[in-house]
Amino acid sequence: MLSQDAFRKIDREIAKYPAEQKQSAVMAALAIAQMEQGWLSTETLEEVACYLGMPPVAVYEVASFYNMYDLAPVGKYKITVCTNLPCALSGGVHAADYLKQKLGVGFNETTADGKFTLKEGECMGACGDAPVLLVNNVRMCSFMQPARIDALLGECE
Amino acid sequence: MGALGFILNAEEGERSWRLAEYVKRGGYGALKKIIAENIPADQIVGELKKSSLRGRGGAGFPTGLKWSFMPRQFPGAKYVVCNSDEGEPGTFKDRDILRWNPHMVIEGMIIAGYAMGCARGYNYIHGEIWEIYKRFEEALEEARAAKLLGNNILGSDFSFELQAHHGYGAYICGEETALLESIEGKKGQPRFKPPFPASFGLYGKPTTINNTETFASVPYIINEGGDRFLELGKPNNGGTKLFSVSGHVNRPGNFEVPMGTPFKDLIEMAGGVRGGRKLKAVIPGGSSAPVLPAEIIMECTLDYDSIAKAGSMLGSGAVIVMDETTCMVNALLRLDYFYYEESCGQCTPCREGTGWLWRVVKRIEHGEGRPEDLDLLNSITDNIMGRTICALGDAASMPVKSFIKHFRPEFEYHIEHKRCLVPPDVQRAGSGFFKVA
Repeated sequence: MLSQDAFRKIDREIAKYPAEQKQSAVMAALAIAQMEQGWLSTETLEEVACYLGMPPVAVYEVASFYNMYDLAPVGKYKITVCTNLPCALSGGVHAADYLKQKLGVGFNETTADGKFTLKEGECMGACGDAPVLLVNNVRMCSFMQPARIDALLGECE
Repeated sequence: MGALGFILNAEEGERSWRLAEYVKRGGYGALKKIIAENIPADQIVGELKKSSLRGRGGAGFPTGLKWSFMPRQFPGAKYVVCNSDEGEPGTFKDRDILRWNPHMVIEGMIIAGYAMGCARGYNYIHGEIWEIYKRFEEALEEARAAKLLGNNILGSDFSFELQAHHGYGAYICGEETALLESIEGKKGQPRFKPPFPASFGLYGKPTTINNTETFASVPYIINEGGDRFLELGKPNNGGTKLFSVSGHVNRPGNFEVPMGTPFKDLIEMAGGVRGGRKLKAVIPGGSSAPVLPAEIIMECTLDYDSIAKAGSMLGSGAVIVMDETTCMVNALLRLDYFYYEESCGQCTPCREGTGWLWRVVKRIEHGEGRPEDLDLLNSITDNIMGRTICALGDAASMPVKSFIKHFRPEFEYHIEHKRCLVPPDVQRAGSGFFKVA
């Protein structure tokens, strides 16, 4: 069940759109739900659908279309590394390899202690800061050479 | 700082994005002038036409003309939408505009609302730049508190409300009709055009969509006049423009320069090719633009016409620089994976074709290429291009065609010798990742 606080936040999103267009708030509602619950279960999708007056399948379509929604549990820290060409030219793929080796997992895998999930991401619109990675969808980390990756992993508790 | 000051100097400090600081720089002066002098909408659109401002999102469509398509007498709701869903590999200019100058975009959008008779606007912001989205929401709050947004702006009878909408990881939502679908709370799948958004846009209402940098250019044009803006650039290519330089340069970043600036000057501004190495190739306008070899791009100037004449596109102004340590097959493989991953799946040629392109380039890169593969790749692109609803299929095809056209011997070497022309250790050193450690 989503908290009252989550519903209050969703209400603020609904207010951004014309009264008859509640569905426009679905992307934000799913992001709010995911931030609270860690991932989007079928129950959460149904709860959002019910609240916005949408068919559950329409909510599922949105949740499965956009890459940043997680439809399966992820670790406490989800690290998404950009490996696209501009990033790769400045070490994006090497940063991903370095993380795989340090964490002992591949893409879309979670460490045994449930702490880290590693994902491959597509362009984050920060190519000048490569290598770039995103923590839990909200914190962008720039110029992630080995020493900075080590520091980041160290501060994740 | 460039002439328009899209991006402020670092010394302007972390607070430079705030409303008070923007006003100190003359911000909202254009809006105040319009309201105070009751400037007619036609005159605003006329100034835009004079300025030769062309859409900064990649297509380069004349902005004044686009605004003039909006039905003036339409009785119902009309919308202004800003496309800040910046996800074209190589492009990172809108992030910096929104980070340092969100009010410049807000002012441009309010003026657009005034000129086209729209009462509501949305700024669609790339999901991955969450901190920027939050900052934009704060900037909107500041503008509302100062009566620059909302009912009866600055005491006039003009009302305009603006909201931020975030994406959540879909490149295709940078396509304007997919973006509209996304705001409507659906999968971001492009619509067939026509009808164009000016007649059937958001919620089926007349809508104008412009890029972040386009809106940010509007206040200057109102303040200084369309002629002055045009003079900053060159005929048919008005103004200054932000160029995002990434890849093998010493100082990647955004640079605001006049249209028509020689390409080699931009490379110098970015600190030159990394480690003083030799330039090999450049993608001048975002990943979807055809690649150009060093000797061609070094003769170009940075404007829509010069780059088009050289066989590529200025696009979004995203300059991806590749030096001699780059394996062109591997570089293309990265791009092909991206388009395969990001195809929305609506049109068969794109859905199936992007995957096919990726698999064929992958087998070439991994030493399993066949002599007929280059012809096969060209044939697949021919069957994608022009056969899909939106431009993603073309965007996926143009890199493939141009990489093979300009670097065919390197692809042939790969197929024949089952390995890269550029030795793996040279490629590895090129990224600079391990050296820093």
